[in-house]
Amino acid sequence: MSNSRFVNRFRLRVEKQIHTSPWISLLIPFTSIVLALLVGAVFLSLTGNNPWKVYGVMFKGAFGSVFGLSECVVNAIPLLMTGLAVALAFRMLLWNIGAEGQFYMGAFAASWVALSFPHAPMYLVMPGMLLAGFAGGAVWGLLPAVLRAFLGVNETLTTLMLNYVAILWVDSLVYGPWRDPQGYNFPLTAQFSSAATLPTLGNTRIHAGVFLALAAAVVIYIILKHTVWGYEIRVIGESQKAAKYAGINVVKNILLVMLLSGGLSGLAGYCEVAEITHRLQESISAGYGYTAIIVAWLGKLNPWAIMVVSFLFGGFLVGGYTMQSAGLPAATVSILQGAILFFVLAGEVLTRYRICVVERRNDR
Amino acid sequence: MLKLRRVAFWVLLIFILTLGLMGCGKSTTQPTASEGKEKLKVAFIYIGPVGDAGWTYAHEQGRKYLEQHVPDIETKIVEKVPEVDGEKVATQLVQEGYKVIFATSFGYMDGIINVAKKYPNIIFLHCSGYKTAPNVGTYFGRMYQARYLSGIVAGKMTKTNKIGYVAAFPIPEVVRGINAFTLGVRAVNPKATVNVVWTNTWLNPALEKDAAKSLLEQGCDIITQHQDSPGPMQAAEEKGAYGIGYNSDMSKYAPKAFLTAPVWNWGPYYVKVINEIKEGKWKSSQYWGPMSDGIVGLAPFSKAVPEDVRKLVEEKKQLILSGKWDVFTGPIKDQKGEIRVKDGERMTDQAMLSFDWFVEGVQGTIPAKK
Repeated sequence: MSNSRFVNRFRLRVEKQIHTSPWISLLIPFTSIVLALLVGAVFLSLTGNNPWKVYGVMFKGAFGSVFGLSECVVNAIPLLMTGLAVALAFRMLLWNIGAEGQFYMGAFAASWVALSFPHAPMYLVMPGMLLAGFAGGAVWGLLPAVLRAFLGVNETLTTLMLNYVAILWVDSLVYGPWRDPQGYNFPLTAQFSSAATLPTLGNTRIHAGVFLALAAAVVIYIILKHTVWGYEIRVIGESQKAAKYAGINVVKNILLVMLLSGGLSGLAGYCEVAEITHRLQESISAGYGYTAIIVAWLGKLNPWAIMVVSFLFGGFLVGGYTMQSAGLPAATVSILQGAILFFVLAGEVLTRYRICVVERRNDR
Repeated sequence: MLKLRRVAFWVLLIFILTLGLMGCGKSTTQPTASEGKEKLKVAFIYIGPVGDAGWTYAHEQGRKYLEQHVPDIETKIVEKVPEVDGEKVATQLVQEGYKVIFATSFGYMDGIINVAKKYPNIIFLHCSGYKTAPNVGTYFGRMYQARYLSGIVAGKMTKTNKIGYVAAFPIPEVVRGINAFTLGVRAVNPKATVNVVWTNTWLNPALEKDAAKSLLEQGCDIITQHQDSPGPMQAAEEKGAYGIGYNSDMSKYAPKAFLTAPVWNWGPYYVKVINEIKEGKWKSSQYWGPMSDGIVGLAPFSKAVPEDVRKLVEEKKQLILSGKWDVFTGPIKDQKGEIRVKDGERMTDQAMLSFDWFVEGVQGTIPAKK
């Protein structure tokens, strides 16, 4: 039998798994990671590296020292907050791709407070920045929410586009009116006063934002699992028609969810400027708002799982640099990271769907 | 279903076997332990990939030069490190035992200062910044001197009297380069203008190329750049225009278009500073090396540059090397025609380092301060 006839006779069908046993849903991610590492190992061997040594270095770099672990946490803070933010919206099938922009607007608003009141005491400027950070992100989330709720404008596009607007807005400030007068006209604002920054934990860069992020996870969990509002969000996510039929106010929920989602990303932006950079500057986010989307999906939109995933993902990013200092070029590291992600996401799809080979019926 | 599972099993098995074989083939060729003296461990943090053919490439050439010219050192690089991750990577390198760390992008400044506070025994050298500490020095070169010379070439060779300048960000370093280039152009051709397009990126070959194309379409017949890739040179090559590169000799990317390029030559500086450190003579300072130190210069001229232009450039070069005259010596007018530097007066380093205005002859704008 020739190959083409075989192809003609059979086809692949993708169908949704109705029941996924808990055993399978544990096994599959594990297998995907193992497979990813195996494929990565072949790739590394072909490029003339010793795969086991490289993996050892990656693991040790991320999780093998106090510094590595602390840096995982530092990376995990913005990932957790933005991950929770998009997960909340995704639960309602609101495709908020705009966490990056909301992050920037939160950073902008918090910086505005810090720069406007350089002599304010800590008990005033800290809460002020926190609120401003939340509000900045929330407003940026509300814009596409209003368009979606009242005019039915697709939020995937608007949230994505608003990212560029937010990033360029921050650029225009740091290149223009907000430049530090003592900064030789470099694109940096003045440094915040010490009242506007929080001390870090010991010799590490872990900052108080970690409590904010953990609290956010708890709050989101409680909202989704134990409140009427959370129930409404989940119902809308299952079926908007059913929700409307049940008398749930969809418009109100779109606005509220995007407000909270944007606000959370804004808080992440606040943490970054207040605790890490201590000033507003360009490219303050290393793409956290986009990575958040992967984090949220890998965490299956579950706050606890997102917590774990953001920590692991933080390690993934830290380990990437250690692999480089083990002698791998950056491009190889990116390919390896991409391969691992690809396998994990593919495994994730396989837990939800199954692929079967079926015989074509003649009547087609 | 059954068949699929069996196939999957075999694929996996073969896979694992291949892997095992490859593992065996790779014998553990550990580098032999350093004999005798302990090596000085030196690390470089790069903003771009070493293959960018521009900024990072030039630093990488410098690192190679360093390895060849100084014994008993071990060097390592970490490339493509975004600005916000500079602190993380620098700390990582310190923990791996690196004693000297070169951070080669402006955006690493705050991060390096933070790490330096935690590790007072490690020496940090930050390229193009302005903050120092007892264990943090800065280094940079007076690239504007080479820019001026390349401007003379452009001014002499343009026919449309419009020269395109693809520029990254409106920061003093870039503005200074544009001004120096324009002064060079106008010194030999007062009618010519220099048209600036901002790309808001250091390295994005496609975008840089597009920016150059838009300038070519506006009638520019020479393209120069403050960008890290040869993208603008390739645009000039395709259009049959001329190009003046930057960072490194980009002639192989645009053999017909390429005229010359202001280039970095970091090697001798790296050798000098590492020798100072090894001898225990190093002290934190702000080094802004002139062309006479060899840290900046012009790439060899292409065949397209006529003899009289070469001669003219050489004359000016000797004048700059002698130190009797420098590029930003008055009278210099700004875009409105107002005199900003009086006749015979030299701009101070402070003023040059915070340039936020364009000289006469530049077509373009800088975002305004409040």
